[in-house]
Amino acid sequence: MEKKEKIGVYVCHCGTNIAGVVNVGEVSAWAADKLKDQGVVIARDYKFMCSSLGQELIQKDIKEMGLTRVVVAACSPHLHEKTFRNASKGAGLNPYLTELVSIREQDSWVHTDKVAATEKAKAIISGGVSRVIHHEALEPLHVPIHPDTLVVGGGIAGIQAALEIADAGFHVYLVEREPTIGGHMAQFDKTFPTLDCSACILTPKMVDAGNHPNITLLTYSEVEKVDGYVGSFTVTIRKRARGIKEADCTGCGICWEKCPKKVVDNVFEAGMGNRKAVYVPFPQAVPKYPVIDRINCTYYIKGTCKACEKFCPTNAIDFAQEDEIMNVQVGNVILATGYDPFDSRRITQYGYGRLANVFTSLEFERLCNAAGPTGGNIVLRDGKTAPQVVGIVHCVGSRDKNYNEYCSAICCMQSLKFAHLVRERTGAEVYNFYIDIRTAAKSYEEFYHRLLDEGTHFIRGKVAEISDAVRLPGEEGKLIIQVEDTLTGNQLRVPVDMAILSAGLEPRRDSKAVAKLFGISCSADGWFIERHPKLDPVATVTEGIYIAGCVQGPKDIPASVAQGAAAAARILGKIQQKEVALEPVRATVNEAQCSGCRICNNVCPFNAILFHEDKMVSEVNPALCQGCGTCVAACPAGAISGTGFSNEQILSQIDGLLFLNIPKKEAVAA
Amino acid sequence: MKEYAYFPGCSLEKMAVSYHMSTRETTRKLGIKLNEIDDWNCCGATTYFYIDELLAYTLCARNLAIAEQTGLDVVAPCSACYKNMYFTVAHLKKDPDLAEHVNFALEEDNLHFTGDINVKHLIEVFCQDVGPEELKGKVTKPLTGVRVAPYYGCQIVRPQKEKEDVEQPQFFEDMLSAIGATPVNYPLKMRCCGGSLMISSRTAALSMVRNLLQCAVDSQAAVVATACPMCQVNLECYQQQVNQEFGTNFSMPILYFTQLVGLAMGIPAKKLGFGKEFVTLAPALLQPGQVVPVPD
Repeated sequence: MEKKEKIGVYVCHCGTNIAGVVNVGEVSAWAADKLKDQGVVIARDYKFMCSSLGQELIQKDIKEMGLTRVVVAACSPHLHEKTFRNASKGAGLNPYLTELVSIREQDSWVHTDKVAATEKAKAIISGGVSRVIHHEALEPLHVPIHPDTLVVGGGIAGIQAALEIADAGFHVYLVEREPTIGGHMAQFDKTFPTLDCSACILTPKMVDAGNHPNITLLTYSEVEKVDGYVGSFTVTIRKRARGIKEADCTGCGICWEKCPKKVVDNVFEAGMGNRKAVYVPFPQAVPKYPVIDRINCTYYIKGTCKACEKFCPTNAIDFAQEDEIMNVQVGNVILATGYDPFDSRRITQYGYGRLANVFTSLEFERLCNAAGPTGGNIVLRDGKTAPQVVGIVHCVGSRDKNYNEYCSAICCMQSLKFAHLVRERTGAEVYNFYIDIRTAAKSYEEFYHRLLDEGTHFIRGKVAEISDAVRLPGEEGKLIIQVEDTLTGNQLRVPVDMAILSAGLEPRRDSKAVAKLFGISCSADGWFIERHPKLDPVATVTEGIYIAGCVQGPKDIPASVAQGAAAAARILGKIQQKEVALEPVRATVNEAQCSGCRICNNVCPFNAILFHEDKMVSEVNPALCQGCGTCVAACPAGAISGTGFSNEQILSQIDGLLFLNIPKKEAVAA
Repeated sequence: MKEYAYFPGCSLEKMAVSYHMSTRETTRKLGIKLNEIDDWNCCGATTYFYIDELLAYTLCARNLAIAEQTGLDVVAPCSACYKNMYFTVAHLKKDPDLAEHVNFALEEDNLHFTGDINVKHLIEVFCQDVGPEELKGKVTKPLTGVRVAPYYGCQIVRPQKEKEDVEQPQFFEDMLSAIGATPVNYPLKMRCCGGSLMISSRTAALSMVRNLLQCAVDSQAAVVATACPMCQVNLECYQQQVNQEFGTNFSMPILYFTQLVGLAMGIPAKKLGFGKEFVTLAPALLQPGQVVPVPD
């Protein structure tokens, strides 16, 4: 060691979180004594190091004793690394000369043996001290923030986010895969618990988003590539060919009126209704321009027809139109790509797809929607018979280890809404088969009680089977729902005319690919992971990428809107700052040592490593690198080093953990 | 050539001898070699596991230990034998203490159970190892127009293997299609036949059988195909009693799937054990290759 460092060690009690298991007094006394030779000049323990008094303790020592390094033994760096770095900075010490080692998550919380846990705390601190000696003073990187924002997904969460940012005066690119914005909400009839019409509250927002001078609406489009980093992303978007010249189209509707080709609409109408080969998904679609479905259009199949072209009054049909690739620059991104409904076919014993009068929740939404295929008449699959008895099965695909273990959060309220609509419109008897009723939000429980008062039957039990096998008199021609009423302990066979499967929510089928495209992570389920589940639910670990709505996990409309607005607010804050400071803890490639094998290119979870074909070397983009160290470990040539995790730092930390930094005799005596 | 250790089980010795005969004949035709386990004993059937679990496991483990020596997968045509052996392998692998007890007993016989064996039901061999495509290739007299109710019974898909659909499996239907027959939609195909409840609570068991027969009639099946001697006996031999008890008029033939497969492959009915039925078969069924009129 060239120069003698002066190191302070601070051991936190975290109330009883740490002190309940680790003998903190002993640990701090040990550090002051045994790690003296390492440069430790002071070791203290304190009830809450993160409190202002605790921080002042450290600052006072830095100023008065001239500490050159600080080791805090407390919670995980995820929680308070920033706190202690800032504390050091406040006392004039470079923040990166402070090391936070975890004796809570990695010690006191996971052990019960107090003696052993105390020894482990000593080892962890010893490792931290050996490591901090090799820390360097670092300066954060400042990058400018491009004021434009990309919002991916035009459902209610994405629309809300786009409008918030646009209303604040900044530009937004709103990209939507379908021909119209609106998302799932546009398919619904009523919204719970107030029962206001979904379209009535959604379409004004859609129109606002469509007309807003600060919003560039890109529907029927998909993001293909994302380069860059927070503040300056370059996004490649494929605008698929609609076959319609948007500049000329007035949205008059003559083309789809004249189109002779009927197609079952499996997307918007959930297979319940038809559309034409040239179509807008629904009358209030935004934008108003239709799309030619090239898979089903007679012209693309046989080369003749062109009825739409013949009748179009403004010559807006363009069969030769090609996809358009565009690049846009944005500073931040919001992902609001939503969910897919659970595929009820997977639960074969419920008979969906096999028994005609078993409906999914989305089918039922279309069935009772006044703009839907039956004009809002709730009828059986034959299109005319009104049901006399309807069974609604909750938790389809949710809270079930065979499918999804999580609760989909919306199905109880959705089912109650259905029950209400069925009774209101048909007077049918309604049975709700539930596991538990979960109506935990404002005015939701009241809605449940309203349904109880309306005379809807509630049977607590998981449905075993829906079948058309008649066994008892009165079952002829009915669907029989077999269930155990767990409140009475009786097996029931409930004959119904219609069964509605209240399907849960699942991540989009391509959610993992989308996560990779934007360099963020998914949980094992496929939901996108937020930076902190409680305190930072709309940011991700990748700077500049935010998430909103069901892409983060199942949620209802109010929660999706709140997240959309929250993500927008976060981004507006960033835009106002004009530039962002980036952590200087990152990896660098030594070009002379790099063999160009490209192993690091693939392991980087943040897409931060680019490859120079000309020089055959890889380079880490410092603004994109999050300093995770994966590439450092993966590089077979040892050509990548990371500030904050250099070989020297890691190896001395290991030595410290093994007490190799202390003469053997003394270590044992400890 | 596919080769298996074969555990026929007690029923196939006498009561279900037609299952035994048709199994032998069809597998030979399919180029499958079944090596009967040497000196096998009863699997414990439906009751023994509830009387003395340790002894019941030992009974099964003895057969398995002998079969293990051949290095082949063991195949059982009876669903109860299959289930008992399958569970024994699973439990003994999971519970070293139980395995030690069992092996202590097996030492008397100079045997040792290691758990290194797969247990299969005969129908798995037909539906998966052979598969409908290969089966189709061996059919010379397809059972065109014969409406067959595929009766799985409750044990074949218990326990679930990997991602197998245990609620609405289709492999039996696929096999029946492969031999040219028409599998009917048989909603109660997975329901219990009553098993040994026929001995302890006959009224309850008869009502279960009645439901299964009624469902087959409602599905317009000409015949019910089974894969288990217990199911076959309950459904066929108790039909008269069901008719007496409930005033019904069932006359539903209950055959083993191997008998139907055998007919389709052109094996003479006599070799397949036909002629021992309680319920008379439609003559057309025994002359495959001809179109049987669909009943109204």
